[in-house]
Order: sequence, then C-alpha cells, then structure tokens
Amino acid sequence: MDVDLLLFIGIGLVAVISAISMLASRNAIYSALFLVINFITIATLFLLMNAAFIAMVQVTVYAGAIMVLFLFVIMLLGAERLKPTGSLPWQLPVAILLGAALIAEVVFALFHGASNAAQGLSENVAQGFGSPTSIGLILFDQYLIPFEITSILLLVGMVGAVVITRDRGKESR
Amino acid sequence: MLSSEIVGGTGLFSIAPLIIAFPILGLLINLIFGRRSNEKFVGIVASSAIGLAFVVAVAQFVALLGQPAGAAVHVADWITIGEFSVSWSLKVDTLSATMMLMVTGVSALIHIYAIGYMHDDVRFQGDPGRYTRFFVFFNLFVAAMMILVTADNFLMMFVGWEGVGLCSYLLIGFWYEKGADGIGNAVAGKKAFVTNRIGDFGFLIAMFLIFGAVGSLQFDEVFHWAHEHGLANEGVITAITLFLLLGATGKSAQIPLYVWLPDAMAGPTPVSALIHAATMVTAGVYMIARNQALFAVSEFSSSLVAIIGAATALFAATIAVAQFDIKKVLAYSTISQLGYMIAAVGIGAQVAGMFHLLTHAFFKALLFLSAGSVILGIEHGHHHVEHGSSGSAEAFDPNDMRNMGGLRSRMKTTFWVYLIGALALSGVPPFAGFFSKDEILTDAMQENMLVYILLAVAAFFTAFYMGRQILMVFFGKARSETAKHAPENPPIVTVPLILLALGAVIGGGLNFPGLHSLTNWLEHTLHVHVSEFNLQVSLISTCLVLLAIGLAWLLYGRKPMQEGQVDPLRRLLGPLFVGMENKWWVDEIYNAIIIRPYIALAAFLADVVDWRFWHDWFHDTILARSFRAGTHWLSSGFDAHVIDGAVNGLGSLTKEAAARLRLVQTGYVRNYALALFVGVLLILSYFLFV
Amino acid sequence: MNVPLNYLLVLSGVLFTIGVLGVLVRRNAIVIFMSIELMLNSANLALIAFARSFAPAAGALRGQVLVFFVIAVAAAEVAVGLALIVVIFRAKKSIDVDQVSSLKG
Repeated sequence: MDVDLLLFIGIGLVAVISAISMLASRNAIYSALFLVINFITIATLFLLMNAAFIAMVQVTVYAGAIMVLFLFVIMLLGAERLKPTGSLPWQLPVAILLGAALIAEVVFALFHGASNAAQGLSENVAQGFGSPTSIGLILFDQYLIPFEITSILLLVGMVGAVVITRDRGKESR
Repeated sequence: MLSSEIVGGTGLFSIAPLIIAFPILGLLINLIFGRRSNEKFVGIVASSAIGLAFVVAVAQFVALLGQPAGAAVHVADWITIGEFSVSWSLKVDTLSATMMLMVTGVSALIHIYAIGYMHDDVRFQGDPGRYTRFFVFFNLFVAAMMILVTADNFLMMFVGWEGVGLCSYLLIGFWYEKGADGIGNAVAGKKAFVTNRIGDFGFLIAMFLIFGAVGSLQFDEVFHWAHEHGLANEGVITAITLFLLLGATGKSAQIPLYVWLPDAMAGPTPVSALIHAATMVTAGVYMIARNQALFAVSEFSSSLVAIIGAATALFAATIAVAQFDIKKVLAYSTISQLGYMIAAVGIGAQVAGMFHLLTHAFFKALLFLSAGSVILGIEHGHHHVEHGSSGSAEAFDPNDMRNMGGLRSRMKTTFWVYLIGALALSGVPPFAGFFSKDEILTDAMQENMLVYILLAVAAFFTAFYMGRQILMVFFGKARSETAKHAPENPPIVTVPLILLALGAVIGGGLNFPGLHSLTNWLEHTLHVHVSEFNLQVSLISTCLVLLAIGLAWLLYGRKPMQEGQVDPLRRLLGPLFVGMENKWWVDEIYNAIIIRPYIALAAFLADVVDWRFWHDWFHDTILARSFRAGTHWLSSGFDAHVIDGAVNGLGSLTKEAAARLRLVQTGYVRNYALALFVGVLLILSYFLFV
Repeated sequence: MNVPLNYLLVLSGVLFTIGVLGVLVRRNAIVIFMSIELMLNSANLALIAFARSFAPAAGALRGQVLVFFVIAVAAAEVAVGLALIVVIFRAKKSIDVDQVSSLKG
C-alpha cells in the first residue's frame, strides 16, 4: 500500500465526513465550521498536488474571507433552528436516491472508459510547478484580460452587495 | 313510280313558294298598319294577297301543262339529325296544283265578299278593330292551307294541318263575347280545337310509325317504300293508315269526330264558307288521296275509310232534315258531302273524290255565302223593324228559318244563286253536283254495294232537306215582320255569289264523262282509273232526287208553313223527328261518357292529388316539417351541443390542463433545484449511455 | 502524489453530490449557500487534479489559473448572495427558503 494512497484516503475521508456533517448539522454555526474543515482538507489536497499557491489562496480567501462572511451573516440573521415542517417530506428520499444515482454514474464514467485510468499521476513535475512565480507569469501574460475583468467583477460584487442591502426606508423619505 | 320523274323546281315552278309568302305578307301588312288605316285598305290588302296567290297558282298550272310530272321546290332545310332530314320543300304536282287553284280562287272570292259582310258586322255588332283582326286571321288561314297543300313531307303537312286548325279556332270564336252565357262562341272554338287535336294525335302517331318503318318522312320516299315493301309490312301500314284515318275524321268531320262542325257555325258566315265548307275540311280528303300508295296496300283500312264515309254521309243527312237553323242545315250537309268524298277515296276512286271536292267547294261556298246574305238581309230587316215600331224586346234569332219565308220576292239575286247552289248540291243534272256525285255512285256500285246503298239513300235525304230549306226560306209568306222588310244586299256581297254560281253550273265540265279532263290531269300523280258514264246509276239517282224534291214540295210547298206552325214532318215522323232534331243526342252521349268523367278526373287530380295531397300534406307536413326539424336539430342539437361543446370543451380542457400544470409550480426553490438536478442526471446518462 | 487521477475525480464527484444534496434537502438559506460553495470546491479539486495530471505538458498550469479565477468569482458571488439573503430576511423575517414561495401556482 502506497503512502500516498493512504494519505489520500485519510484526507478524503475527513473531507467527506466534514461535508456530510456540514449537511446534517442543525446549527448553522457548526455547519460553517465544518465547511471550514472541509476547505482546509481541500487545501491540503491542493498542496499535495503541487498547487501551493492555490492552496494558500484557498485558505486565505475561502476559509479566511468567505467563511468569515458567512459567519457574520449567520450571526446577523440569528441562526435559529428551523422547525421541521412537513411541506416536502418526499424531497429527502428522492434527493438521496438521485445523489446515489449521480455517484454511480460518475464512477461508471470514470472506470468504464480509458485503460490508463488507474495509472497514477506522473512523478516528473517541473520544479516551480504551482508556485506563485509560475502562476503569476501566466496570469499576467496570457490571462491578463480575464484578470482585470475579475477585478472589475469583484468591484461590482462589492458595490452590488452594498446597494442591495441598503436601507430603503431612509431613502424614500 | 312517278317519283323518279320529279325534278327540281325551275322556271315557273321556282315562284311556287310565293303562294305561301303572299298571304303571309298580306297578314303582316295588316297586322302592322291595319289599326291606323280604314276598312277599305285592310280589305284590299288582304284580298290582293290572296289574288296574287291565285296568280301564282295559275302559273303553277301553266308550268305543269308543260311538265306534267311536277317538280319539287326546295326552300330551306329544317331539321337535319344524322340520317333524318326534313326540309321546307314544295311539291308542285297535278294533285297539289288542283288544290292550290281551288283554295286560292275560292278564298279570293270569299275575301271580297267578307269586305262587305264584315262591314255590316261592324255596323251591327260594334268594335271596328275587329275588322283588321278578321282579315289577319283569314290570311293566316290561307297561308297555313297552302303549306298543307304544297307540303313535300308529312312534317310540313302537319305544320299546315295544325295551322288551319288554329285559324279555325281563332275564327270560330271571333265574336268571343257572344254566344250562350257570353262565352258560347269561345266554347265552340275550343270544342273545334280539342276535337281536331284528337285527330292530330292520330296524325302524329302515324308519322312516328312511318318514320319508324321507313326512316324518312318525305312523301316520295315513303310511297316508294310502300310500293317496294308494302306487302311485307301490311300490318304496319294498316296501323299507319288507321291513324291517318283518325286524323282525317278530325279534320274532315267524319264519325266520330264530326261534332265540332255544327258548333263552328257560331263563327261569321265567310268563315263557315271558306273554312268549313271549301278548304279546311277537305284537307282530310286531300291527305287520304295523297297517301293513296299506303291505303292501297291495306284492304282493311280502305274498307274502313269507305264505310265511315258512307255512314257519315247518311247519318248527317238525317240530322240535316230536322234542323231549323239555316246554317246548321248547311253544316250537316257539309258533313254529309264530306262523307261522300271520304267514301270515294276509300273505295279507290280518288278522281271521283277530288272531283266532288272541287264541285262541292263551289256550291257549298255559294250556299253558305248566300245564307249569309239572307241572314244579313234579315238583320237589316230586324233593325228596320226595331227602329220603326215600339220595339219588341224578345230574343230574335236571325238564323232561324221559321222567322223567314217569302224572301223570293224581296231578295231576288240571293234567291236565284241559292237555288242554283241547292240544285247543284242535290245532284240535279246538268249542274256540277250531278256529275261528281254520280261518278262516286258509279264507282261505289262497282266496288262496294253497301257503300252504294248508303250513299244513294243519303242522296235522297240531301235533295229532301235542300228542297225543304228552299221552300221554307224563299217561298210562301213571310212568317215575321222582319222577313217582310228584308232588303237585298249590295253588289260587293252579291257579285262573288254570282261568280260562284257560274262555277256551280259549269263545274261539271271538269270531269265530263267522255272528256275525263280531271282524270287525265291527276293521272300524272295518282293511280287513276277512268270511270265511264253509267246510265243505270244516273237514272236511279235522278229518280231519287226528283222523288225527294216532290216529297218536299208536298210537305212544304203546297201548304206553306204559317207563322208559329209546327213543322209538318214532326207530325209525320214523331219520335224520329225528335231524334233528328236533337242530332241523335251524340253530343250528350259524348258529354256523359267522355267529357264529364274527364273533367271529374281532372278536378280530382287538381284538387285532391295536387292541392290537398301534394301541396298541403306533402309539402307542408313532410317537407316543411322535416326541414324545420332538421334545422332545429342542426341548430340546437348539433350546433349547440357538438360544435359549442367542442369549442367550449377546448376551452375547459385548456383550463383544466392549466389548473393541473399550475400545481407543478410549487413555489419551493428546492423543488426547482430538484428538477434541475434530475435534468442534469438525464443529460449525463444520455451522454454516457447513448 | 502517486494517486490515480480517477480517485481524485471520484472524491470530487462525491463532494459535489453531497453539495447537491445539501441544496436539495436543507431549508436554511445560508446552509444551502454553503453547499453551493462545497460544489464549487469540488470542481476546483477536479481542476487541480487535471492540472497535476498533465503536469509536464505546456499548458498544465492553466488548471490552477482557472481555479484562481473560480475562487475570485466565488468570492464575489458570496458577497452578493449573502446580501440577497439579508434582504430576503428583512422582508420575510425568516431564512427558511420554503417561506419564499409566493410564486406558488
């Protein structure tokens, strides 16, 4: 048994369990925290796959910024426990069924096809693969325009968020 | 057969169509201009038209002298269907020329007579507009008669046949508002037309049979066929000739269709003279004579023709004996004499028949016109009496012989011409009637004894009733005030009479025994045989005639009838006289057996079948109601339920579907997400497995 | 690491499915949103795995660049989305998505 494989299975398990826990938790704060764990495991996987920069970005932005935002909103809105209502009782079984179907299909798609699927990832990787340098080089060279547009996008998102949540009561007066 | 010698019309023959054209032209001129012009113009135009036609007839006669075989003058094509063709063609041969001459000649004289007669008619009956109408019809009649006589084929002859029937109707009912109940004359005209129609029906059937057997309606072709195939088709020919006989009995007033002719006396006297004495009624005789080829084949038909003719001759003569109307006596006399002619052509003596036809035309026209003169005189006298005295309001019949008497001294010319006519009719030698009648009797004695006996007895009666008439009208004392004052008529009336009297006197010369001019003349067209003078027959007939005249003098001459006195013959014969006077009740029998059931049937069909059943029940009940039911079902049943149902159903279906489908929109975002997810799965499976 | 690519992709799929389940099952709007982030993450994981698998090749790094952008967009999207949830909370006084069913047919 390969160390890599073991490692992968372990981290994968943690990811899956944390995801399921996020799903099943009644308390929204707990869900958010579970999601953070999930993000960190994903970041670890990124790291293991020679995507160092992206792993750090993941932790910084996702776990650091986005989840904080989530927690802010949860606290703002009072994460009350929702009373279970009987509006769509059949939604859960159907969803689980369909989920199983999806997993089955994905597995089928992956393991039915090409023969070199079971091969492991190759060992020879460039030295600076996934380093900030290499990503930066491509980012500012080939993908400059998308980069700039992304900045505009962030700006729009920011402004949009402010505009949407603005208190209209004061404005109408 | 003679047909092979007939050639096309050249020279004088080519003007033959004018004989029809002139009368038509005359009637058109009178029709268009007559109203605006005076009596003289109308009369001159009409008479001139006939006079010109007479000139054309003479021209044909002259042409035939040079070419006795005759000619066929083609005027126009009429019907051409496949192999059947009928054309307007004139057949000018000795037989038709004889008729042409006689008809146009006598017509011309009668037209001139009518100018004066109808003038007085206007004076006494009012309405001058009638004058023009009369002459238009008169000319039309001559035109139709000419078509009949000159026809080359059966169909054209039928056109003329019908045409003269029409003119007879128009002219009999000329004074249409007069007569019994105000419509008597019109009824008489209708009777003539309908009775003639029955005869015409026979003629038509005969034409159909001829066409079926021969394939053509042209005389020459039919006679040729009869000559060739006659013996083989005797049955068909018998049928044809029987139907032709039916037509002849209608037109020439024989048993059983003679009943119209006495009633036809309701028309003006010139009409009676021309149409019902000289021309139209002889059309039947002419037709049978023309069809000699057919009648010669069928023994049965010929015998039947002869028997009918002879029987009619005797029957009508007996009725004439007891009539009191001056014109009725002459009418029955005409029927009787026509019987002679029919009998003659029946026994194969075509020449004798035609001879008698010609002489009869002269003296019968003469008699009628003279009777008209007498009637006019009586009317003048009545007028004179009415205006002179206080005026008696009783109904006065100017035709009744019981109101006459002693007119010999007052109307001299009329008396002499009437006497000549009567003697000619009776068959007293040397007048025309003697020769023609004797020729018939001679041939009858040789061919058919029964016919001879019937005709001889009829001759006796003929002489008797003529003698009676003469004695009642002209001899003795006047039996009424009117008769005392009856004046003679002006020359325009009497001159044609004198001319006709001349014809009655010398007419015998046409076929004088020994000379046989007419026989030779007609030989070119018909099969003829020379009828030699038979002294025995002539002696018998002359004795009969003298006996009859003597008897008449005994009864009416020795002790002339007084005013209001009963006819001496009534006492003698008793019930026989009553029968004779009532025409042997033939009209009443016809009425009971035929006319009343027919009218009842017509009334039944009209009222019950057509009106009550068809209109009321069928139309209203079945058609109208079923239609209404149908439309009701369509509108409320079909339209309301089915169509509206469909449309409304469509609407409600849409609503229902919408109501159901609406529920898909649960409003829950999660449901929508689920739907999305399902879609994703489906697409994924599609890509994976398909 | 010497793990077959497919395993990574399977993990990615499983995480994605769990995210979908979260969207379908949970009624808390914020948790639904978090599930969506989970789904995005699983996609990122797949992308990085692919980038790594094509490692020696020239454009292999593109996968990571794409993930970079995805993260950026996710951030913007979270901002706006949470703002919306706040607004809805103000209107409905609840973050139960089942309450937002005015479009019920």
